Amino acid sequence: MSILNNLINGISLGSVYAIIALGYTMVYGIAKMLNFAHGDVIMVGAYVCFFATGQFGLPPLAGVLLAMVVCTVLGMVIERLAYKPLRQSASLAVLITAIGVSYFLQNSALLLWKSDPKVFTSVVGTGSVKLFGGELTITHVAIVTVLACVVIMLALTWFTGRTKMGKAMRACSEDKAAAQLMGIDVDRTISMTFAIGSALAAIAGVLLCSTYPSLMPTTGSLPGIKAFTAAVFGGIGSIPGAMLGGILLGIIEIFAKAFNTNISDAVVFAVLIVVLLVKPTGLLGKAVREKV
Amino acid sequence: MKTIAPGRKRLVNNIITYGMVIAAFVILQVLNAGGMLSPSLQGQLVPICAYVTMAISLNLVVGISGELSLGHAGFMSVGAFSGVVANLSLQSVLPSGPVRLLVAMVIGAILAGIAGTIVGVPVLRLRGDYLAIVTLAFGEIIKNIINILYIGVDENGIHFSTQNEMALNLAEGGKAILKGPMGVTANVKLSTFTAGFILVLIALTVVLNLVNSRSGRAIMALRDNRIAAESVGIGATKFKLTAFVTSAVLAGAAGALYAMNYSSLAAKKFDFNTSILILVFVVLGGLGNIRGSIIAAALLYVLPELLRDFYDYRMLIYAIVLILVMLATNSPFFRDLKGRFQEWLRERAMAKADAKAKGGKGHE
Repeated sequence: MSILNNLINGISLGSVYAIIALGYTMVYGIAKMLNFAHGDVIMVGAYVCFFATGQFGLPPLAGVLLAMVVCTVLGMVIERLAYKPLRQSASLAVLITAIGVSYFLQNSALLLWKSDPKVFTSVVGTGSVKLFGGELTITHVAIVTVLACVVIMLALTWFTGRTKMGKAMRACSEDKAAAQLMGIDVDRTISMTFAIGSALAAIAGVLLCSTYPSLMPTTGSLPGIKAFTAAVFGGIGSIPGAMLGGILLGIIEIFAKAFNTNISDAVVFAVLIVVLLVKPTGLLGKAVREKV
Repeated sequence: MKTIAPGRKRLVNNIITYGMVIAAFVILQVLNAGGMLSPSLQGQLVPICAYVTMAISLNLVVGISGELSLGHAGFMSVGAFSGVVANLSLQSVLPSGPVRLLVAMVIGAILAGIAGTIVGVPVLRLRGDYLAIVTLAFGEIIKNIINILYIGVDENGIHFSTQNEMALNLAEGGKAILKGPMGVTANVKLSTFTAGFILVLIALTVVLNLVNSRSGRAIMALRDNRIAAESVGIGATKFKLTAFVTSAVLAGAAGALYAMNYSSLAAKKFDFNTSILILVFVVLGGLGNIRGSIIAAALLYVLPELLRDFYDYRMLIYAIVLILVMLATNSPFFRDLKGRFQEWLRERAMAKADAKAKGGKGHE
């Protein structure tokens, strides 16, 4: 039974990684940049929800929605102020700017909300479902997390495949110049991608803190890095890849933790390295042939 | 004549770089002797040297070889902890401090070089962002491994364990050096500013000579166009590995120097954020510009210290400075502004010259 329990915990944690990884992968696909500030947007989302439900007594759902709105605006403002002026620059310059934004968010949070960890109240309560006479416990948080992940996955697939904006995103990620010639507003599309990614980050932040209820200004960084590896693991730029990578990474991490808590991160990263060495573009990534 | 010019320019450039480092060392020594440095700045002299060396070595990978590495602190970590183990286990054999420091740094450099080879051989097959993420992963793995490692020494030699201090099975009189997550708690400090200065000079000599050699040109050719370089017979793996391992060796020595400046040290000091910090030095100093790396590393390392009066806000200011500098140096808007300003200056100078010429004529 413990294997099944671990598996469920792994899928639940992996679903959170997958939701974060979707933000990374969409931004990478379209803007070709590693948005290191994404992890800190998660943290901001969790804090907004924490204060909305805790101090202002809003119902949990309203708290989540408010967090999504705040993060969406935050993501678009960051993109407009910090990343847009550098669109034609070298990717390293954008990377360092993203790191600067990440420092900025973390230290603003440190000033505003102090470094002591806040105890996050789960948005779906602490109940659980017991199966097989109590041998198998599934928390409500785990169920909601996995469901949210599946819904987001389906919605994104529909969005990128069927809607005009989604098609514009795919066109931009393939060839920006050609997309522009077809009458697509590239700037608006990129801004929209950041908005969606940041809204997802808010959901991920709330779900993450509902499962692991300690909230600090640095809460977002490690899950951010891991979700980023998940995105690479699945093939960066690919939406199903981010999903698959996130869930696999979560499962591997939980099983490694069950084996030895101290080296679980090392195991996760070792698996990533092996996968990349065998398949250098990730599990579902497209191989790009180099032209001379 | 034209063939000599670039060589001479390079020579002058290198002399300026060496001169700058030596001058900085002399000035700081004089200030220090005169008691004009604040205690906190005094304590930072060795870390500055270590980070300057780190920046020089990372620039070799990121700037000269063109591969983004996000795990450079991992090599620093390997050098630091192997240096500490060497220091503490050779205490009775080599009583002289400077000699032991040298040995510790050499051992740190060698082990970091070995780690660099192990990491480099598979990693350098990957390209671009994938290479970046794998170096990040290796950095984290190295941190994790050192975090669970217990090393002790007694008269029978060095003992390793991944369990706990008891599992080391130390004989009577033996001592544990590295204690897992607690790290090193009883190190003997050996580092001096002079040692740091010498390390910076060595790193500078190694990197500048490598860059200006045949291998260095091959490395840069691979960075600029891998396919073209390979087509004229430059082996990608060999030269990229040369740059990567050289960089790891220097990072290991810098790590040993850094570790020997503290009496206690834990593996989490060398995490992803440290790697990023060094990368920020390199990028702000200018990719491929060694002198820029040195200046950026030294200035940015003391910047939080200078902002001490704004203690709560210093990292926030640091972040804002970082973003603004990146925007100012890279954004087309600012570049345009700079270009226009230069144009305006030139026009003004020309107008002045014109007026002068006309005025001169009038006098005649």
